[in-house]
Amino acid sequence: MNDVLVIGAGPAGLSAAIAAARQGLSVKIVDEFYRPGGRLLGQLHEEPDGVWWNGLAEAARLDQEARALGVNISCGVSVYDIARCDDRWRISTTEGEWESSLLLIATGASEAAVPVPGWTLPGVMSIGAAQVMTNVQRVRVGKKGVVIGVNILSVAIARELQLAGVHVEQLILPPLSEVSGKAGRPHEIMRSLLRVAHLAPSPVIRLGSKLMGSAWMQRLAVAFFPSKGVRMWDMPIHLRTAALEIVGTSQVEGVRTARVTPEGLPIPGTEQLIPADFVCIAGGLSPLAELAAIAGCPFAYVPALGGHVPLHDEYMKTPLPGLYVAGNITGIESARVAMSQGTVAGLSMAQASGLLADDSLLSQAQLQVKRVRQNATIQFHPDIAAGRELVGQMAAAWTAR
Amino acid sequence: MSQRIFHHPVLGSMEERTALQFQFNGAVYTAYEGETIAGALLAAGVRTLRVHEETGAPRGIYCNIGHCYECRVHVDGIPTVRACMTLVTEGMCVTAGSVLPTPLKKGGHAK
Ligand SMILES: Cc1cc2nc3c(=O)[nH]c(=O)nc-3n(C[C@H](O)[C@H](O)[C@H](O)COP(=O)(O)OP(=O)(O)OC[C@H]3O[C@@H](n4cnc5c(N)ncnc54)[C@H](O)[C@@H]3O)c2cc1C
Ligand code: FES
Repeated sequence: MNDVLVIGAGPAGLSAAIAAARQGLSVKIVDEFYRPGGRLLGQLHEEPDGVWWNGLAEAARLDQEARALGVNISCGVSVYDIARCDDRWRISTTEGEWESSLLLIATGASEAAVPVPGWTLPGVMSIGAAQVMTNVQRVRVGKKGVVIGVNILSVAIARELQLAGVHVEQLILPPLSEVSGKAGRPHEIMRSLLRVAHLAPSPVIRLGSKLMGSAWMQRLAVAFFPSKGVRMWDMPIHLRTAALEIVGTSQVEGVRTARVTPEGLPIPGTEQLIPADFVCIAGGLSPLAELAAIAGCPFAYVPALGGHVPLHDEYMKTPLPGLYVAGNITGIESARVAMSQGTVAGLSMAQASGLLADDSLLSQAQLQVKRVRQNATIQFHPDIAAGRELVGQMAAAWTAR
Repeated sequence: MSQRIFHHPVLGSMEERTALQFQFNGAVYTAYEGETIAGALLAAGVRTLRVHEETGAPRGIYCNIGHCYECRVHVDGIPTVRACMTLVTEGMCVTAGSVLPTPLKKGGHAK
């Protein structure tokens, strides 16, 4: 039996395994993907200093380090149940059951699905699907595509598609609906885009981030948003155009669009058909936390963290005995934050086993999470730090009950 | 025309990989080691992996990371295998699902 079981070989799970194994714990990781690395694998961003963040290389480095420390990694194994048995956790997987006294759930995030009429046609996929197909599978998703949904992730991935020679015709908004919510409102998108503006070569957006601190400036900018869109890395981003429908018979042939008001309502008489052989839908990310719910963990709903997150303290420990969480299951942030959280979880589990030689390692690792968060190039939400604090308070209140 | 990205400006060129033969709905395709069923078929221009069990409408991948099950196919007789999570192996036999009977549904069909 291993001391620690980890579900998820993403940056959080791998970093936790490395930290725990270094302190002498025996660790096993299970992951349902066919290779370790999680969503890190597809990532490819140019940082403001011009250095590329190459997820494939980072994943390979973590994988090698973990294996060198004796961590056992089983890929292609899905976990579908977790139960408490005596003083241990038992996980049920497609390859059988395993038990351990310490369990870390690091299952990451999933993409929110935004239904658009015609979205079941072959050739329509989530933006993350296109990222993995392009950078991990190294297969082009098509010749010419439209991205529906303008957010940090979709802009970053559209740029990755373009790097691989896939033409992105336009980035446009989803139709305004209950589901698309804010993502269908030009206004809200402008606000969120301003958070990555420092990365943008487009002068409209970059200058905008300085000028448009005030709400009325932002409103003005949306009202006068150029009808040809702004170009970011040579891709037109259209904040005043929305998809109405994806069309095609046996696969995608195009997207029917219309100009929209600053509130996101279609303007009659402005409809157009953009020919395309693929479409990516970008609905944003939320924590993939079902397994923590099955285990019986209490949850909090925190929009700044992407949705429902399992309660946990700053040691990444949930209120349940021996159950830890790390990475995007605790809130949507970049892979570097997930790694630093993983390190904290790994050291916490070592401490719980009485194997942590030096307690200052843990406090340093906790400081590192905050540092990495502050310096993150890609910030998924402006209020992450406040969201984190709220979860910490709720976890403390739960434990004190 | 192949859609593989052999050369990438940042990630570099693909290494030599072993070619594998597999079948999809009776036709023979070539995959390279490390490719998923969904990846290899897309490279060959195949986007439709199955038909909807009730309506017969064509379906392909959606999430490509195992969350949605839109890519479910039969592999060597086993149903509901995710094409986006399963690596091609030599001689693998993949088939798309078919329309299933809906005898209890109003206006449904027995076969
Ligand atoms: C599609 C997508 C694209 C993203 N792209 C970017 C990006 O470009 N830049 C960026 O900064 N952030 C991106 N993110 C955010 C990303 O979540 C973080 O950057 C980071 O990868 C989170 O690390 P993690 O270890 O928490 O989870 P992940 O990296 O998601 O790893 C979780 C692992 O758990 C496994 N798993 C989940 N459930 C089970 C189960 N039941 N049984 C077995 N294994 C399971 C998964 O297969 C996966 O390998 C993306 C997220 C998604 C979903
Ligand atoms: S495409 Fe979603 S599970 Fe395969």
